[in-house]
Amino acid sequence: MKLPAIVHKFSSPKNFYTMSGKLIPWFTWSFGLTLLAGLYYGFFVAPPDYQQGESYRIMFVHVPAAWMSMFIYMVMATSGAIGLIWRIKTADLMASASAPIGAAFTFLALVTGSLWGKPMWGTYWVWDARLTSELILLFLYLGFIALQASIEDPRNAARAGAVLAIVGVVNIPIIHYSVEWWSTLHQGATVTKFDKPSIHIDMLIPLLLMAVSFKLYYASSVLMRARGEILRREQNSRWVKEVVENDG
Amino acid sequence: MTASEFFNMGGYAVYVWSSYGIAAVVLTWIFISPILNRKSIIKELRMKYRQQQRQQQESPE
Amino acid sequence: MTPSTGSAFVALIKRDLMLSYRHRNELLNPLLFFVIVVTLFPLGMSPEKIMLQTMAPGVIWVAALLAAMLSLDSLFKSDFEDGTLEQILLSPHSNAVMVLAKIISHWLVTGLPIILLAPLLGIFMYLPDDGVTTLMLTLLLGTPILSLVGAIGMALTLGLNRGGMLLSLLVLPLYIPVLIFSANAVDASLAGLSINGQLYFLGALLVLSITLAPVATAAALKISTE
Repeated sequence: MKLPAIVHKFSSPKNFYTMSGKLIPWFTWSFGLTLLAGLYYGFFVAPPDYQQGESYRIMFVHVPAAWMSMFIYMVMATSGAIGLIWRIKTADLMASASAPIGAAFTFLALVTGSLWGKPMWGTYWVWDARLTSELILLFLYLGFIALQASIEDPRNAARAGAVLAIVGVVNIPIIHYSVEWWSTLHQGATVTKFDKPSIHIDMLIPLLLMAVSFKLYYASSVLMRARGEILRREQNSRWVKEVVENDG
Repeated sequence: MTASEFFNMGGYAVYVWSSYGIAAVVLTWIFISPILNRKSIIKELRMKYRQQQRQQQESPE
Repeated sequence: MTPSTGSAFVALIKRDLMLSYRHRNELLNPLLFFVIVVTLFPLGMSPEKIMLQTMAPGVIWVAALLAAMLSLDSLFKSDFEDGTLEQILLSPHSNAVMVLAKIISHWLVTGLPIILLAPLLGIFMYLPDDGVTTLMLTLLLGTPILSLVGAIGMALTLGLNRGGMLLSLLVLPLYIPVLIFSANAVDASLAGLSINGQLYFLGALLVLSITLAPVATAAALKISTE
């Protein structure tokens, strides 16, 4: 399958480097603004929940973090697949740059979920469907990172990681479904209330604002990581030498 | 919401502020580390290029 | 004149089985591990019948997962080390088909014995007869899945030093759905409930694995043998 020539033009490391350099400030500023808007709305406009009081405000970090953990995995698997099939280096870079960010969001989803659970159920860990699935997702991320770290040749590391990520992507819905099914069997007293508070519009808006801000954050971070790696890998090319010389 | 209500979070202060605090620390670290990394890569490459230049100047002699 | 893929497939299975027979001592290790791990639970917890019966499905299945994972070492390693694997990949036959042949012969000497050992472990854990039957049924559907999915992990970590630990990290999360549905099926059958849903799900996973895992494994092998 041949890609249109324009893709090859934009996927050259040099063009990627230049273009991302222009995009990063834009993403960073937008992230900052939406973050402030989301936090303000989430703390000062959204009312306390009738059941959970103020503790539900953890949701404004927990839920977007969980969404990002899934979204980033999809991006990682997709860019890995693109790099694998069409041998595009920048796609490989996007995949490996995404992994630590995705793992961080997964970790945050777990920690904030745990801190939300403690006042609600009295324990720091609950084997509820969402947390359990997130934990397994963290293992999938760590496996990807560990695999890439243990292969020396960058090209092979990228390809192996891509195969693993694709296998993971196929498995994620299966794992989620299995864990949810398992959790409904053993639910008993620990009925999960993580999706309730019944979502009041004043709670939905900050949630969506935080979700958007996290996406912009990811866009900035992943591009910064990918650029650093490009400099290292293309260090023998003239354009990199110019960049290094001209750098402040 | 008053300032003290804000900090107290209805008694859940520890949980809410730890969550946001940990999120802030983790996300700041993930954001800053490529920036620091870039600085060290540029430094490293600069030294390397200079070394290469010196070697080139020395070899024809 | 090259042989047809079908006969190459059968020939590879026969060859692998013969090689396994020659090294049959090595095959015992994962099986002994399986038995020993299960015996650790009564020793570590309590030999009381009701407790063991309740734990039995999960314990036996977790032990089976771990034993299956340990057995993966014999899947591609020796062929990788003596260069045969590269020869197989270079042959004109579809790599995925050849890989499937290797996985089948691997399962015959690792998964099948696990199934046959199940009644013994059922006795250790006071599992009643219908529990044992369901257990064997889930192992029959599940152990091939473990071999197929495990093969992908093995192929990815083939050339790495101490790839064994990494292999567990990669493969065990993927085994979780099999564990959930199999252990639950045994529980359900002990409670007199239907196990059709669980068996259909395992069957679906098996079909999915048979079709996709050899392809992913072949891709991973090409990467590892470069």
